[in-house]
Amino acid sequence: MLSSLYPEVPLEEKQRLFDLVKADPRFEDYLYGCYECGICVAACPSARFYDFSPRKIAQALAREDIELVYEQMNDDIWNCSQCFSCVRCPRKNNPGGLITIMREVAVNNGLKTTKEALAGYTRIIYKIMTTGTQVSPDMLQEDAFPDWGPQVKEVATHLDLWRRALPPETLHTTGLSWQVEERTMLELYTIWKLTGVLDMIRELDEGLHDIMEEVMDDALEDQGFAID
Amino acid sequence: MNVEEIPVMPRGTKPETARSFVPDPEHAPDEDLREAIWELGREGEWIVQPVPEPYYEARTNYGRIKKIPFQKTWHHKSCGQCGHIPGYSTSIFWLNRFLGFDYFDPRDQTSCTAWNYYASATSNQVAQAAVAMRNFSAAYETGYYPLIHCGTSFGHYKEVRHELVHNHDLRRQVRDIITKLGRPFVMPEELVHYSEWMYAIRDELKSRLVYDLSHLTATVHPACHYYKLQSGDAIYDPEIYGGQRTAAVTAVVQSLGAKVADYSTWYDCCGFGFRHILVQRDFTRSFATLRKIEVMREEANPDVVLTHDTGCVTSLDKSQFAAQAHGRNVGVPVMSESQFAALAVGAHPFRVAQLHWHSTDYRPLLTKMGIDVDKAWAEFQEDLAKIERGSMPYLTWEAVL
Repeated sequence: MLSSLYPEVPLEEKQRLFDLVKADPRFEDYLYGCYECGICVAACPSARFYDFSPRKIAQALAREDIELVYEQMNDDIWNCSQCFSCVRCPRKNNPGGLITIMREVAVNNGLKTTKEALAGYTRIIYKIMTTGTQVSPDMLQEDAFPDWGPQVKEVATHLDLWRRALPPETLHTTGLSWQVEERTMLELYTIWKLTGVLDMIRELDEGLHDIMEEVMDDALEDQGFAID
Repeated sequence: MNVEEIPVMPRGTKPETARSFVPDPEHAPDEDLREAIWELGREGEWIVQPVPEPYYEARTNYGRIKKIPFQKTWHHKSCGQCGHIPGYSTSIFWLNRFLGFDYFDPRDQTSCTAWNYYASATSNQVAQAAVAMRNFSAAYETGYYPLIHCGTSFGHYKEVRHELVHNHDLRRQVRDIITKLGRPFVMPEELVHYSEWMYAIRDELKSRLVYDLSHLTATVHPACHYYKLQSGDAIYDPEIYGGQRTAAVTAVVQSLGAKVADYSTWYDCCGFGFRHILVQRDFTRSFATLRKIEVMREEANPDVVLTHDTGCVTSLDKSQFAAQAHGRNVGVPVMSESQFAALAVGAHPFRVAQLHWHSTDYRPLLTKMGIDVDKAWAEFQEDLAKIERGSMPYLTWEAVL
């Protein structure tokens, strides 16, 4: 199927991105063809809510329909819930896993819709990559979670006190989920550096990347960590 | 008769069929990785950390036996549990202490980072495997065995293990990173989720029950990442749904004496969505309430919803406030089975289960269990006052056991 949504993008670029998806070592484990039975769609929560289909993802990739794959990488993949209900597939396909790969390629290559999909999310990336814990108690703020009701305000109001009323010693924190040793945080950051994840962050948000690098590289140096 | 007037009888966990499912390891879709893990250990590819004895032998989906350690556990905590629903992890630790078990709560532990990976894809296969192996290495160095609190961490680590066993290049890359960090390269013999540990101790808990729960009805949400990822490595029991659905959570709740009622959308996810719960919650709210809580209410009318994963407790609990404002048929408390079990054997609802962090009203449930909510809240307020006055810096374990 020809897509007319992105005619300004050269076919070669779409082919390049498709080739990157296909080159991922997991790709062959995640795609074996498609019966078009629709079991994955029936199990998919996102298909009930969005104009989204894991079956189409598997089919487009199997057919090597690079136009449609490019369209999906821009307009579909961020709707997936990553619950992996779709692995019920009788052909042992893993559409959720294919989407993980497509997302990685989308981030790595700075697709505009990816930046839009992840707008508002970057503070979470900063938290996880610099501290080793993803969500902290002090993120529970009324303005961030108005739909969770007045209990969020209760937590925010009493946060410090309520955290001290937790018996596990590691949980007496407000800015982290639990107490993490500094060395542990630096080891995690070292992993991001050595595996090219920081370069991905630069593609997504250069400002975020620069802040992380400035803060964490200084810490690495102070602690005598060498990354070569 | 109008469809809405047809009475729906809450169903239990016995399958309504004469067919029986006989598990056969030979028919498993995935190979048993454990022998390959030991083989790679013998070849010097990594150190295999054995499950400490004594252990419980549980049956998995296709009949293989999985070793579940009772003690010497290294608690791989969950960022969402510790951050927003801390009674979840506190209850797991409390149950260990209650049973007199030796365990370790580490600071040399990072999140598995899978929440971020499934939300934003700002990582890659090598990085994710390195994060897992760094944590396994940290556990090994303490002499304690990893017990994973989060369903997503458990599922993601199972995926990582599968990839590391099968992909020599990946193994080499990750081993180089771990070596660079000055750590040993270690793979645990089994990956164990805390709900499997709960399954292993269910009879211990049954013998220590404080409350009669036989008049309570629970619905169970099985967590997707627990049993859908690497599906062969999740606990199944012929007594629970004829061995065709995971026995995690359900077997524990039944051992505690409460009734587990079935509902038609049990396979559906909770709506968490990873990025959706943070930046696109219209999806989460709708799915969690319309496909899960309302269906449970209509078909089973439970007193409580129990589950075994961070995201599921969060989505199913927090989403109900907005739905309630729209007059929807919601309003069922949600918690982990670890909190429910701790309450059943006498844990304090606020000092241990920390239910004041939850959104949906849990007080009717506590009252029905036989717990004096007002008295318990007053006791907790006294604790808070002591902490505020400085006469007690923190609420200690000694104060809650």
